[in-house]
Amino acid sequence: MNFLHGITLLLIYQLVGELSVLVLRIPIPGPVLGMVLLLLTLLWRGSSSASLDTSSTALLSHLSLLFVPAGVGMMVHLDQITHEWLPITITLLLSTVITMMTTAAIMLAVSRLLSRGSKKND
Amino acid sequence: MTESDLSSVWVYLSATPLLGLTITLVAYSIAYRIYIFMDSNPLLNPVISSVAVLIIFLLITDTPYSAYFEGGQFVHFLLGPATVALAVPLYQQFTKLRKLWLPLSIALVSGVVIGALSSIGIARLLGASLQTQLSLAPKSVTAPVAMGISEQIGGLPSLTAVFVVATGIIGAVLGSRLFKLMKIEDDSVKGIAMGITAHGIGTARAFQISREMGAFSGLAMALSAFTTAIILPWLLDLTGLLR
Repeated sequence: MNFLHGITLLLIYQLVGELSVLVLRIPIPGPVLGMVLLLLTLLWRGSSSASLDTSSTALLSHLSLLFVPAGVGMMVHLDQITHEWLPITITLLLSTVITMMTTAAIMLAVSRLLSRGSKKND
Repeated sequence: MTESDLSSVWVYLSATPLLGLTITLVAYSIAYRIYIFMDSNPLLNPVISSVAVLIIFLLITDTPYSAYFEGGQFVHFLLGPATVALAVPLYQQFTKLRKLWLPLSIALVSGVVIGALSSIGIARLLGASLQTQLSLAPKSVTAPVAMGISEQIGGLPSLTAVFVVATGIIGAVLGSRLFKLMKIEDDSVKGIAMGITAHGIGTARAFQISREMGAFSGLAMALSAFTTAIILPWLLDLTGLLR
């Protein structure tokens, strides 16, 4: 029963998110807005519930599975992908490595700068 | 069983969503078991192996993707509630998150800009078509969002979905190695870089490493979906003017 309660709540928030995006013409996807609304609700209530914890853990622990059908969609574009495979492969690899490393480096550098600044102020 | 019996069974199976759904789950659970059995070797990431097996199966049986997706959509659909579910680990990490808001926002905006510009720039240098370049631009954002952005800027949404999945896999496979190379141990930094770069697939990988890294990755992925949706169309206009 717990799982059912939790998943119902998640679907309600997704639905509210999707509808708000549609009605208010916000340029972000409905589930993302639903997530923000749920986060705000949890912060306002000050606690989560066992049913929500159960269902979110269940969904998130198999997150990779949920990407499989979209990944299989690659077969539709096999022609375009094989035609441009070299630029596509190099771009995907290089750009992903560059983004990952610079983001981590910036995150670290700014945190260090801030903690050094706050120590000076102390 | 004669050959015509077999083919009538096949006609029945390929007309229901049952087959698509079942082979997705079977392929994934076998792929996942092999992955665990091989000490979580990143090259055996269950998304790569199950996608590869499924594509080979569909090509051999001459099944179109649309027929497969009749069943696959039930799994695909769960991406929505799973995105909403990210609010729970975020809530649990919220106190830590509040302390990090400034470095996080700076890393977020620069990560989004670097991710989009580096993919367009590299693809352009290597002579990829404009459509491919534009489809590559939102590759670091979670699939449903990236497809929307791609359509908005003139890319091909379904091609973008493929690039998104590939980026996620590359990020999940290389992430831990890159962090080790950079000597980063803080789970919040690793999670945030992972989420900005490799969205949900990276987040799934982060959750396997630690719950804290997963929560930060999930947060970063959600925030970068927002940020990219807002910044990217504007950024492309700007760089278009510069050229």
